[in-house]
Amino acid sequence: MSETSITRPQSRREWLLSDAPQTRRQARLGAIYQGWLTFRANKLAMFGLVILILLVFMAIFAPWLSPQSPFAQNLAGRLQPPSAEHWLGTDALGRDILSRLIHGSRITLFIVGTVALIAPIIGLFIGTVAGFAGGWVDQVLMRITDIFLAFPKLILALAFVAALGPSIGNAVLALALTAWPPYARLARAETLTIRHADYIAAARLQGAGPLRLLIRHIWPLCISSLIVRVALDMAGIILSAAGLGFLGLGAQPPMPEWGAMISDGRVYILDHWWVAAMPGLAIFIVSLAFNLLGDGLRDVLDPKGDKE
Amino acid sequence: MTDTNTGGQGPTPPVSASDRRAGRNRRLRRIAGTLLSLALTLLGLLLVTFIIGRVMPIDPVLKVVGDRATQAQYDAAYQAMGLDQPLVVQFFRYLTEVVTGDFGRSISTGQPVIEDIKHVFPATLELATLGTLIGVSIGVPLGVIAAARRGGIIDQIARVVALVGYSMPIFWLGLMGLLLFYGILGWVGGPGRQGIIYDGMVPHVTGMILVDSLIAGDWAAFRDAFSHIILPASLLGYFSLAYISRMTRSFMLEQLSAEYITTARVKGLSERAVIWRHAFRNISIPLVTVIALSFGSLLEGSVLTEIIFSWPGLGQYITKTLLAGDMNAVLGGTVVVGTCFIGLNLLSDLLYRVLDPRSK
Amino acid sequence: MKHLLTSRAILLASLLAIAPAAYAETPADTLVVAATIDDIITLDPAQAFEFSGIDVTINLYDRLVDFDPTDLEAGFQPSLAESWEVSEDGMSITFTIREGATFHSGNPVRAEDAAWSFQRVVKLNKTPAFILTQFGFTPENVEEKITFEGNKLTLNLDKPYAQSFVLNCLTAGVASIVDKETVMANAEGEDMGNAWLGTNDAGSGAYTLGNWRANEAVQLAAYEDYWQGAPEMKRVIVRNVAESSAQRLLLEQGDIDVARDLTPTDVDAVREVEGLKIDEEPKGRILYMGLSQKNELLSNPAVIEAMKYLVDYEGISNSFLKGIFVPHQSFLPKGYLGALDENPWTYDVEKAKQILADAGIEGGTVTTKIRDLREYIDVAQALQASMAEAGLTLEIEQMTGAQVLDAYRAREVPIFLGEWGPDYSDPNTNAATFAYNPDNSDEAKATGLLAWRNSYAVPTEMGEATEAATLEQDSEKRAEMYKDIQRQYQEEAPIIPLFIRVANTGLQENVENWTTGGTVTNAMYRSVTKGE
Repeated sequence: MSETSITRPQSRREWLLSDAPQTRRQARLGAIYQGWLTFRANKLAMFGLVILILLVFMAIFAPWLSPQSPFAQNLAGRLQPPSAEHWLGTDALGRDILSRLIHGSRITLFIVGTVALIAPIIGLFIGTVAGFAGGWVDQVLMRITDIFLAFPKLILALAFVAALGPSIGNAVLALALTAWPPYARLARAETLTIRHADYIAAARLQGAGPLRLLIRHIWPLCISSLIVRVALDMAGIILSAAGLGFLGLGAQPPMPEWGAMISDGRVYILDHWWVAAMPGLAIFIVSLAFNLLGDGLRDVLDPKGDKE
Repeated sequence: MTDTNTGGQGPTPPVSASDRRAGRNRRLRRIAGTLLSLALTLLGLLLVTFIIGRVMPIDPVLKVVGDRATQAQYDAAYQAMGLDQPLVVQFFRYLTEVVTGDFGRSISTGQPVIEDIKHVFPATLELATLGTLIGVSIGVPLGVIAAARRGGIIDQIARVVALVGYSMPIFWLGLMGLLLFYGILGWVGGPGRQGIIYDGMVPHVTGMILVDSLIAGDWAAFRDAFSHIILPASLLGYFSLAYISRMTRSFMLEQLSAEYITTARVKGLSERAVIWRHAFRNISIPLVTVIALSFGSLLEGSVLTEIIFSWPGLGQYITKTLLAGDMNAVLGGTVVVGTCFIGLNLLSDLLYRVLDPRSK
Repeated sequence: MKHLLTSRAILLASLLAIAPAAYAETPADTLVVAATIDDIITLDPAQAFEFSGIDVTINLYDRLVDFDPTDLEAGFQPSLAESWEVSEDGMSITFTIREGATFHSGNPVRAEDAAWSFQRVVKLNKTPAFILTQFGFTPENVEEKITFEGNKLTLNLDKPYAQSFVLNCLTAGVASIVDKETVMANAEGEDMGNAWLGTNDAGSGAYTLGNWRANEAVQLAAYEDYWQGAPEMKRVIVRNVAESSAQRLLLEQGDIDVARDLTPTDVDAVREVEGLKIDEEPKGRILYMGLSQKNELLSNPAVIEAMKYLVDYEGISNSFLKGIFVPHQSFLPKGYLGALDENPWTYDVEKAKQILADAGIEGGTVTTKIRDLREYIDVAQALQASMAEAGLTLEIEQMTGAQVLDAYRAREVPIFLGEWGPDYSDPNTNAATFAYNPDNSDEAKATGLLAWRNSYAVPTEMGEATEAATLEQDSEKRAEMYKDIQRQYQEEAPIIPLFIRVANTGLQENVENWTTGGTVTNAMYRSVTKGE
């Protein structure tokens, strides 16, 4: 929290919740705080947040948390069920599943984080430019968006990975390239509704150029709906990444990527359920956490939905 | 991979006021424009696929001649496939053929692509349709009730059901479902579209076995086919249910907070009438778009479900042929998926115009 | 609320109403097989060269000589040829065609059909054509070299080849006899019926082609006038089921009779199930490791030697390859003339370290491409771990089969892990690819030879020995020659055979006389019977 808030005589909370904010900054922080209060009241969303914080914690401290090396093989001790020694059992090459899951959280976070950063930015850029410029620029950009939307998504991702060579970085790129069109549509729609707003006209009269208008005035307004969308899409990204891993196109062996781990365990599913179930459960929990978080965020940020 | 995330871009903006005054000319021009943009999108789709196919480091010739081929045999096949021509020539040659309805021959099945698609697309269509029906018939009421009793027990259940659906890796759920309902309980048929002894017994009319068996009046074959489709369809249905119920709830909440609802309530209409006859009617338009989108994403063929259930559908077909560098097949499949997607978009636009009183 | 309950109730009710009762077993005269058959691209015997494709054509067509499905050990037997004679100089073989055999069209099988079938293979020159053209046939000379008169067919060879070599080659799918009249009636242009035969049959085999839907199913129907008597199974349905777990569930539920692609764990499980059994049959496919001699590190003889001790043969074949592969360190499969049953290497990291240290090698990194098949990836990961112990780093990129093959043929795979299956039942099939590479230059483009793909310049004497072995008429001497070649190969070659495949087929208890063709041929259905 900012320094100014401490020096004020009123309590921080009062300052934040003030009905008559004195500065723009106070107003903004106040809005965020109010949002946080709404969010905190949503128990499920808080639950999601806690899980994600734990996940980040797990990823950061993976080497210290994991009981064994994620790569150490032991063919004699393969396919062991969960036990005191191996809490989640061992896989087909006798590797400790818990250790692999813990290390795999880094990969999952990397994928999700990168895709969630790249795709909305591409979408935001294309969508706002299209909506703001209008005319043939709009036509061309939207046609391109349509083409990518009409494309079978997994195929596009597969083709990219096949073309660039299978690796985790390329999987991320491929996912980002298939994920941007909906954001572009969304950003364009938002832009269309605000582009004729009075304050945009005012800014224009003050001599703001198109680029400045776009960056200073249009982007900030599109961001909240994009964030909601991203939070809700996170789970989809994890599942898509897992799907690529499942098809052998994501992380390369012996990297403990969760989707690839399910794929490894698939052949043992009838007799050694834990090999596929544990990474499946991990994916499920994290996706659920992202969904709960996204759902909560939507309640806070989405201006039109859910106001009673 | 199920991807129900394409939603949210909402229906195209409502028809502007000037359209109301539009004459016949204008309407014709609009139709022409729509057709043109459709053609352009398809063309773009083809071009992108074509380029992908050429830059992809998978050699289609090897699929044809196999591992043991000598260099001379390889070269002969390379020429026979026209790969020695410049890219532009290849693309235009392909386009000319497509225009005459010839999608070429698939190298991974040895059949004309059209024939392949006649088999794989109905399989996917059947599955997607049933899946969407299940998703809609449960998802919509669930969403409406969740919104009507916001915060109530049904709302909470709906939320959990939906979020779990969003979060579940489909291949995992599919394998488990197969194990439980087929392997242990024996309630449903196993992997594949029909029991093996029924294989090829139902004459191919539409390619959708449920429909074909009814046409043939073969009740046993219908039962058999139904027992095979119900599990994968329920699975896909669950995912579209998750999406549809969330969207329905969100639309309903918006309506229920509108003034006319308050007015209706004040007038003393029963809660039931308020919800179903007033609020629900008004969300039917965006809902149609959402359903169309979710249907569209199922039509794309969910590769993983198809693999697990040995379902010879479009998703598997495109994936498999893509990985074999079989570009004729991939292009054909992409055209089908693209056309479906664009067609559904057009259809929801059209419904929008028909259903939305403001645009009349 | 009501609305919701009703729709769910309707759904549940309809589910319960329509859910079928107990699953009956398959009909007594029908054999239902689940297998991965998505590799089939054509059913023309002159072109088909995929495992599943030959599994079909071998049943649709007969050859001059064939294996007896109930006694593969006996070697090739007279089939459409009832006898044969080799000329004194060994340069030609004359076959007498059997009377009374008919094609599915009803046409009699004649020497003319046989001659035309072989000429067709040579002229079409599709991939498997080399099995015949290696005897000196070319599109130009084939009409003089392969001739017929009455019921006699004569093959004129370019060298006095060992009789067993020629006849073994004639058991291959490509040497199938097709019905000339029927095929020519369906020819398009110059294709000699290649397009039509891709999806139709014109054979004289025990089965006729019902239909084939790519990636879905192949259906065969018994040929009632088959010259060896109509087969007991009147209908054979092979359904494409890719997942082993799905195959196992189908088998356990009694929906299929045969499951052909079970993974080791599923094999173990099926063994325990009442009413099911596992049929174990050694196959000819060798899983080997090819070390590219273009790679500086891997071309060091010490590294080649060390790598042989870095594979955990026992550990791997007792764990994730259990029951589907057994250790096998020579290039000829068991059951072949001259097969060598000596496995000189064991898993010994210390020894490998010592070898590397003696040669002054201190680590190194290799990046390689591995096909995305579970077994290969697992072997690669095990190798990765043991190489790491010896100070060598292995980076794995997994790719589709097509991509790996492409790179392999371009000599760009440093460490290749994959299988080689014999093309015909003669030792030359493997010797001529593992131990023969007359021109190791890039320009030679001998893409069909494994030695060339690994840039392995086979020593001249070894190459000559391989050639000489094809001309040795005395079978015992011939066998010794192959054993010598293999021993020398084990000494120095950078292509290291590791394991050999075992077919583990899951069967219903009542299925008898099932065979996948052992190491020498393919699945044959005509002997199969189903008891009570």
